[in-house]
Amino acid sequence: MAELVIRDLHVSVDGDEGPREILRGVDLTVRSGEVHAIMGPNGSGKSTLAYSVAGHPKYTVTSGTVTLDGEDVLAMSVDERAKAGLFLAMQYPVEVPGVTVSNFLRTAATAVRGEAPKLRAWMGEVKEAMGKLKVDQSFAQRNVNEGFSGGERKRHEILQMELLKPKIAVLDETDSGLDVDALKVVSEGVNRIHDEIGTGLLLITHTTRLLKLIPAEHVHVFVDGRIVASGGAELADKIDSEGYEAFVASEEAGAKA
Amino acid sequence: MSVAHEERAIAVTVPKDKSEVISSFIPADFDVPTGREEEWRFTPLRRMKPLLTALPQNDGATVEIDGDPAVIGVDAAQGPIQPGEWLVPVDVVSALAWAGAADTTLITIPPKTDLENPVTVTITGTSTSYQKLRVTIEHDSSATVVINHQGTGQHAENIEVEVGARSQLKLVVIQDWDRDAVHLGRIHSHVGRDATLTQVVATFGGDLVRLVSTVDYDGPGGSAELLGAFFADAGQHLEHRLFVDHNEPHCRSNVVYKGALQGEHAHTVWIGDVLIRAKAVGTDTYEINRNLVLSDGARADSVPNLEIETGEVSGAGHASATGRFDDEQLFYLQARGIAADDARRMVVRGFFTEVLDQIPDADIRDRLWAAVDDEIGAVGSGVGS
Ligand SMILES: Nc1ncnc2c1ncn2[C@@H]1O[C@H](COP(=O)(O)OP(=O)(O)OP(=O)(O)O)[C@@H](O)[C@H]1O
Ligand SMILES: [Mg+2]
Repeated sequence: MAELVIRDLHVSVDGDEGPREILRGVDLTVRSGEVHAIMGPNGSGKSTLAYSVAGHPKYTVTSGTVTLDGEDVLAMSVDERAKAGLFLAMQYPVEVPGVTVSNFLRTAATAVRGEAPKLRAWMGEVKEAMGKLKVDQSFAQRNVNEGFSGGERKRHEILQMELLKPKIAVLDETDSGLDVDALKVVSEGVNRIHDEIGTGLLLITHTTRLLKLIPAEHVHVFVDGRIVASGGAELADKIDSEGYEAFVASEEAGAKA
Repeated sequence: MSVAHEERAIAVTVPKDKSEVISSFIPADFDVPTGREEEWRFTPLRRMKPLLTALPQNDGATVEIDGDPAVIGVDAAQGPIQPGEWLVPVDVVSALAWAGAADTTLITIPPKTDLENPVTVTITGTSTSYQKLRVTIEHDSSATVVINHQGTGQHAENIEVEVGARSQLKLVVIQDWDRDAVHLGRIHSHVGRDATLTQVVATFGGDLVRLVSTVDYDGPGGSAELLGAFFADAGQHLEHRLFVDHNEPHCRSNVVYKGALQGEHAHTVWIGDVLIRAKAVGTDTYEINRNLVLSDGARADSVPNLEIETGEVSGAGHASATGRFDDEQLFYLQARGIAADDARRMVVRGFFTEVLDQIPDADIRDRLWAAVDDEIGAVGSGVGS
């Protein structure tokens, strides 16, 4: 049973005009077995939240806490967070020229598991995971994300998640850019990991498309650097039909008050 | 000695935007460079003074050859040989090196011979030395020749390479010098009809290394794959100049040089000149230099230059890119649990893969990867300090 607890998180980035506060007090708890969704307008800070939890050096936590099972996540280096069981499926996975997927996956698995997986068993494991996610076996010999289509990159992220078996995973717009079939394959993969090992999920998304396939019992509306409303699946439907206007307006009114 | 060379002074045309270049075996035909000349403007001349002055003492260097003498005609003590048929010095250092080298190291692979094991020449510098090497692979043969440079001192060298018709030569030239060595080298390769030259230049050591690699062709169908990897640390000057002269039709050239730089005043220079002459129809050429800057205070100069005198090329392109180490790549790998040092190693190794993975011989490949790892190790400890 794992628990990621984010309390009053404030995060800034260094801009041209000095530091700019993006997250303005985020409170959120994600436990094993739970599925949370965060929806919010562009630029509201959703990716910033995801990156801050993962430890991206561009983001400075100015106050607040993040803990995983009581351990101080903010005190951990990026790789320590991954080893502790956190996973971030990135919105824009980067290319790593000259590093093959095969080498990358094995190095990552070795790091996260604390020992090199036995070669034969590992090859079988990768092959099976690739098969399930309908990733062609030839990808193993390609360089990480190099020349991958948008959808292929997203599938590759979930492949990593499947192999690294995190306790808590943040999926930043994993659904965007996926065609109908790919969305199905990817959500099946996510559900499988969720069912098998109870990975707690935080889905960042713009549409209810994904939430139809990965039912989220907790939906949070993210506006201007914080969660302004939380509810059940019905909240997602409301956003789908009405947009964020009501939330943005009330947030502005709240800020003025 | 220079008398015998006199009538060999030949003028060759080089890319038009360069002033007419003198080609001669006679050192006195050249002005001593001042640093204002186009081809010397990047080079720290004061660090190579002994090589600029007329014929200082040639203290020699140890030359060891490892290869089957029954198959290859190896003679490290031939005495003066006739001037090269193909290599003509284009600068004073090369001319001095030609005149100053006492012996010629000859490696000759006879026709219709496939050498299984590489021939390895190890040149160990001590103080000041001049070297002359001639690598000839006759027609319909295949071989790998490795030239290792190590040791210290000031070293000037000419290597003449001739690839016979339909032959395949893999030539690996490694600069594994001590940190204080100075090496000015010229390699000229003459690629025969339907022959293939794969040349790998790997420069890691030395204080100042400046290599001029030129290629021309003996007939149609020749192919030159010119690969380079270099890694400059604080204070090192590593300069690679290439000139591919497409003087015959339907030949191919592909140049890929990759360099990493780390530390205060690490300086690399890459000049890639390709000339496609009017008669060289059907030429296919591409050249690229990529540099990875790992720290502040390092500088990479990169100048590709393509001159096309015919409208009938089948492909011609060049590219050059110098970029900082990408922290996003580092973050991505770390976010998958890979420790910062390992992630950095993976990214830098990945950068060199394109070049080093093409090295034919597994032992040499492993050795160069080990050299890269050493350099990265030095980088890792340099970071944040
Ligand atoms: N490294 C950065 N430097 C400067 N500004 C940044 C940086 N990262 C984020 N920002 C700014 O912070 C704000 C929030 O960005 P973020 O990427 O978190 O938004 P988002 O909610 O994920 O948006 P989207 O839905 O478009 O993905 C934006 O205004 C963005 O421009
Ligand atoms: Mg985002």
